[in-house]
Amino acid sequence: MSTPYAKLPAWADYGLIPLINLAVAFIVAGLVVLLVGENPFRAAVILVEGAFGRGQGIAYTLFYATNFIFTGLAVAVAMHAGLFNIGGEGQAYVAGLGVGLVCLALDRIVPWYVTFPFAIAGAALFGAAWAFIPAYLQARRGSHIVITTIMFNMIAASLMIYVLRDILKPEAMQEVKTRMLEAGAQLPRLNWIIELFGTAKIRSAPFNVSFLLALVMAYLVWLLIWRTKLGYEIRTFGFSQKAARYAGISEVRVTIIAMLISGALAGMMSINAIMGDQHSVYVDLAGGAGFIGIAVALMGRAHPVGIILASILFGVLYQGGAELSFEMPAISRDMIVIIQGLVILFAGALEHMFRPYIQTLFASISPKSVGMAAVKGEGA
Amino acid sequence: MAEAAIELIGINKSFGAVRANRDINLEITRGTIHGIVGENGAGKSTLMSILYGFYQADSGEIRVNGKPATIRTSNDAIATGIGMVHQHFMLVDNFTVLENIILGAESDALLKSSIAKARSELERLEREYGLEVDPDAIIEELPVGLQQRVEILKALYRGAEILILDEPTGVLTPAEADHLFRILKQLKDQGKTIVLITHKLREIMAITDSVSVMRQGTMVATRETKKTTVEELAELMVGRRVLLRVEKGEAKAGEVKLSVKNLVVKDQRGVTMVDDVSFDVRAGEIVGIAGVAGNGQSELLEAISGIRKAVSGSVTLDGKPIDLTGAADPGELRQRGLAHVPEDRHHVGLVLAFEENENSILGYHNDKRYLKGPLLDVDAIMADAKDKIAKYDIRPANPRLKTANFSGGNQQKIVLAREIEQDPGVLIVGQPTRGVDVGAIEFIHKRLIAMRDQGKAVLLVSVELDEIRSLSDRILVMFAGRVVGERGPEASEGELGLLMAGVEQKEAAE
Repeated sequence: MSTPYAKLPAWADYGLIPLINLAVAFIVAGLVVLLVGENPFRAAVILVEGAFGRGQGIAYTLFYATNFIFTGLAVAVAMHAGLFNIGGEGQAYVAGLGVGLVCLALDRIVPWYVTFPFAIAGAALFGAAWAFIPAYLQARRGSHIVITTIMFNMIAASLMIYVLRDILKPEAMQEVKTRMLEAGAQLPRLNWIIELFGTAKIRSAPFNVSFLLALVMAYLVWLLIWRTKLGYEIRTFGFSQKAARYAGISEVRVTIIAMLISGALAGMMSINAIMGDQHSVYVDLAGGAGFIGIAVALMGRAHPVGIILASILFGVLYQGGAELSFEMPAISRDMIVIIQGLVILFAGALEHMFRPYIQTLFASISPKSVGMAAVKGEGA
Repeated sequence: MAEAAIELIGINKSFGAVRANRDINLEITRGTIHGIVGENGAGKSTLMSILYGFYQADSGEIRVNGKPATIRTSNDAIATGIGMVHQHFMLVDNFTVLENIILGAESDALLKSSIAKARSELERLEREYGLEVDPDAIIEELPVGLQQRVEILKALYRGAEILILDEPTGVLTPAEADHLFRILKQLKDQGKTIVLITHKLREIMAITDSVSVMRQGTMVATRETKKTTVEELAELMVGRRVLLRVEKGEAKAGEVKLSVKNLVVKDQRGVTMVDDVSFDVRAGEIVGIAGVAGNGQSELLEAISGIRKAVSGSVTLDGKPIDLTGAADPGELRQRGLAHVPEDRHHVGLVLAFEENENSILGYHNDKRYLKGPLLDVDAIMADAKDKIAKYDIRPANPRLKTANFSGGNQQKIVLAREIEQDPGVLIVGQPTRGVDVGAIEFIHKRLIAMRDQGKAVLLVSVELDEIRSLSDRILVMFAGRVVGERGPEASEGELGLLMAGVEQKEAAE
């Protein structure tokens, strides 16, 4: 009676169940669309076309996805250590200061590829530093990290407004932001890659080199979690603190290191916003990406491949949603947030809702596929 | 011919793909004590949970006193006269006995009249069955044996004619267990029907009238207790012949490997759990620590293995001290040759969500053999895991399988393989066969004896007195945090039982 539920084959676990969850989310979202008197099928078409229909849409989708990959990876690393880092938003925001300082210092002197590595270091350093205090408080004082990281989001928001308005904003500027960054701090666009597939010329989309950085980070996170000693310790600690203590793994060390890495990854999101898009440090530059990262990490099962796919999905919802609210006036921006919320609800919070049914289904079709062989052969 | 109190006909129950009960037929005669034995995972608890309304059978019929019964909730079970005494008591610790008895069976909106009624009824039950308990005592102040008595009274108060007891002696001293059996016999004489679930065959032989054996979800046999033997039952449970006695030669004890002096350990609440304990474990011997669960054995193991801080005292390993104040680093102790098989393999000894191969390096993950720079050497880990799987006959032989999907016995083998194969000088082992099937117990015991014969020092903690007696070369008994006596392996069960119950003081005074 130790395992009441048999396990599913990997493809069903990682492919079928998320797809079913997503389908249910869209069906419910469709009902919401119907409720406001629009045709849900047309809405779906507009959403998908807006995200993938033209080169411009694809570029925007991937630009948004870049943000979510960074913050999703950040949440995932902490999650593997059993820590719920809700502070990605604040960490990304404060990291913007690190990126900004590097860029303001270098953008007139050196080309972008010299600034870029320094900016990555600046983002990682400031993001990690902002995560360090909650991590320290959790490890040494037992202050719950969910509470402290939420509070640090608030502190970050106020701190950044102060720094931007009172210190970094040029006198003459109307808006609260730094001066415009010049060529040495502007990342090259990658729109040409999409154009290679024969789409029309993309004029303004900010899809840029930080997407590649995000992919590199996804690989490094995979390597860290599943192939290094540190990752082994993080996962052990995340699954069972007692087992970690038994194995001689330091609770304090793992908590702090995992949160530093998490903060650094969240921080890199600001590179995409500052150097890839706006070319200045501005108010609310994280724009909610830190929170979307939580949903992305949950939906992607804290695995880098899952996170990339979930990030693209949320990129679609962002970009396609913008098109949708433009095309269908009855569907406001808030409606789009409702649809995103439904996706989070079904894919994240309720991810196990359909699992027992699917397991029963699998068991009745093919007992072998759900590990019955393993159960039978257990007699020692 | 007495009629059946309970008839189960063709009961089936599956959890997902696992068939926990298949085509179970069982008839329990009224006014008898009926034992149900089987290894862990054989389906005993599932079957009883169906009878008590925790689970619904997928198919099959339950008849109580000859009439078909529909039991959907525990209230239905109570209404049909079935009561259950759980392995882990379902009592509210800070309520009195009386308050616990009426909990869920209050007759009015106001408690006062219920309590008055309950008190006279309780007193009647206590007199009738010889189950004396002070109705106004607070549960947490009662010893475990009395708490169990409250559970039995609770069932009787609700009018139970059929009483199910799930592993009732797991937490009792031998003397308390004997007392329980006397109570059960008395209940039987009064016409109650008793179903006793246990894995201890000796208890079955001592008290039951008939016994049913379960294996892998099926009912393999029902016997009249008089006409069967322990050997036959063990064979039915496992499906093959089992060696119940451990064969071992004389111990050749050598130099002192592990020495504990005046050790004091407190738990999280600041209660002294280990009180001035001293002993030595020498090379080539097994020292067993007997005692009822909760008398400080767990804390002792944790302090020695570096998981828990000690308050004072000293522990030396190969003559060199272990730092106990800052909670010694378990990783460092491992390097010094102290291996630890913890009591709780599910949460401490293993990470159940890990693949088998990942657990085969837990605690030894800093070892250079498993690393390539900062990266894990996956090939080396896998080869090592396969090697251990073969040596310890771990099934299924798949190092990529999630650890949670192994049976209890095989999980324990994973831990043992990891710790023993590091070739430690000292092995400390907590409850090595708890929740382990009979077949694996035999294997584990042989391994521990083999460690001893190789000249290793083994410290064994177990609440199974049989295990302690058959493995140990010296037996220490712990009671209330102290070592209250040391005996040789030839000490009788009664003698050890008295020590475990804390009756040593008088004897020492003589």
